[in-house]
Amino acid sequence: MSAAEVVVARRPRPVRAWLRLLGSELGLMFSRRRNRVGVGILFGLVVLVGIALKVSAVRRPRSPAGDLMSAVAGNGIFLGFAGLTVEIALFLPLAVAVLAGDTVAGEANQGTLRYLLIAPVARGRLLVVKAVSLAIGSLVGAAVVALSGVLTGAALFNIGPLTTLSGTRLGVAEGLLRLVLAVGYLAAGLSALAMIGLFISTLTEQPIAATVATAMVSTLLWILDTVPQLDWLHPWLLVDRWLSFVDLLRDPVFTDRMVTGLWVDAAYAAVFLALAWLRFRDKDITS
Amino acid sequence: MPESQASQDSPAIASSALTKHFGRQLVVDAIDLDVPRGAVYGFIGPNGSGKTTTIRMLLGLIRPDSGACSLLGHDMPSAATGVLPRVGALVEGPAFHPYLSGQANLLRVDAADRRSDPETAASRVASALDRVGLTVAAAKKYRAYSLGMRQRLGIAAALLQPRDLLVLDEPTNGLDPQGTREVRHLVTELAGDGTTVFVSSHLLAEVEQLCTHLGVMRAGRLVAQGPMSELRALTATRFRMRTTDPVPALAVLATLGVSDGAPVDGGIVGSLGQVAPEWIVQAMVRAGISVAEFIQVTPTLEDLFVQLTGEGFDVSG
Repeated sequence: MSAAEVVVARRPRPVRAWLRLLGSELGLMFSRRRNRVGVGILFGLVVLVGIALKVSAVRRPRSPAGDLMSAVAGNGIFLGFAGLTVEIALFLPLAVAVLAGDTVAGEANQGTLRYLLIAPVARGRLLVVKAVSLAIGSLVGAAVVALSGVLTGAALFNIGPLTTLSGTRLGVAEGLLRLVLAVGYLAAGLSALAMIGLFISTLTEQPIAATVATAMVSTLLWILDTVPQLDWLHPWLLVDRWLSFVDLLRDPVFTDRMVTGLWVDAAYAAVFLALAWLRFRDKDITS
Repeated sequence: MPESQASQDSPAIASSALTKHFGRQLVVDAIDLDVPRGAVYGFIGPNGSGKTTTIRMLLGLIRPDSGACSLLGHDMPSAATGVLPRVGALVEGPAFHPYLSGQANLLRVDAADRRSDPETAASRVASALDRVGLTVAAAKKYRAYSLGMRQRLGIAAALLQPRDLLVLDEPTNGLDPQGTREVRHLVTELAGDGTTVFVSSHLLAEVEQLCTHLGVMRAGRLVAQGPMSELRALTATRFRMRTTDPVPALAVLATLGVSDGAPVDGGIVGSLGQVAPEWIVQAMVRAGISVAEFIQVTPTLEDLFVQLTGEGFDVSG
């Protein structure tokens, strides 16, 4: 095979080449046994919550509508929302931190980063592909939780038209659509957290350190968000409006807080992606 | 791939005053590399002399503090994505994902290069694996590979595309004698096809057998560079003569103009310089001195290295 043959056969197809690298990145992410176990844990926790609710529903009389957890007993779809509520504070951010820590620091730690860069892949392109794969990872994480909620809910409770927090009733299809929107909303927030993780991942060659630091940032943001003396700061915290996805259960949907939340997510993502680029652009790859 | 005349005439690798500090330590000190097209260039020096840092700068992994470098006539690192598809490299040992197979690892490296053709990827990966003798281990996970197999996989990654330049940092590290011979054969074969090969090593014997050109690093400086024959000429050929009459023999040597003759156990040694060995033997016999043995000692690369740096090769800079 001569050089000429190979070169003549090629016409540049930038989109296809880009998707190929993204596919490789996602394949790497989802082929890791650790990440598969993580998906299993996200799924299983909701099953546990479902079982706990099933058991307690037998003993405890239902509280009035407005309490998400007790609403589950009346309709399995609510378990999707309940699962998201349970996991958004710790488990989903932790999962994102694990993925983000791996992205740059993991490759640097193994030395595979230098072989990617001399393959070659432009540093900006690599960073964007890693950012997009993290966003997809965030979406998959939130989707797994919601899916587990619906499946467990269907198995343990009945699925039917659901009663909104405003007291109106929604059909099953409309209820599931609201759940999909909640997944999308939380995926945006988690993606913003993932960009913080991506930036931290460019600072170190130790993936565990990047993961721990990202998880600490997330936890710190949640703690700050509960300190009443800091209420002036709350609107600026990434996690402040994450729980507003329950506004999707009102009729009509109350969008104000979620729209603001998406802007905050976008601002965090933009700032930290830019910082990651500034750091990674000229970084000496000595690993 | 169209290339301007200027860049075709340019050296495969060139650098001018390339310099790098890590913190306060000067690691690479103003080196001017010149690797002609088609050469097999041996880049030698003790551990810690700045070889790998230089290679990382050439490949755009590390930014130089000052100075410039180019590959195949294109400035690095600014032209990295344009020129690196034509450069295969093994840098500081192989590095792959442990839980992916050798084959999957090569496909991942291939996917990173946006110019590589996905349709031929599988066949290129297969032929690269075949070339380094890893076909049977293609589906094995990298973590199960031995050190030598890992090294081979690293070389396979460098051979995924037809290359104009190969940069191989310690390519035979961890290989058994058989593997070492195979790599040497591979390099010779690639060089025969016109590929320029830049091979760093601390194994002088390996370089001696492979290379047409040589660059010698010592404590961050390029202390010598040029065609192997020119550098070899720097080292005087020495001789050793076995005789029972060392004292008169030294006197004869002096009359022939060999000034550095010296007695050793069982005879004398000296450097030949411009004096032909047969003249010495004739003069000795004519003077009635018994010559039991006369050995011309061709200098090794190690002698050259000692002469250039004034120190043993294994002394770290």
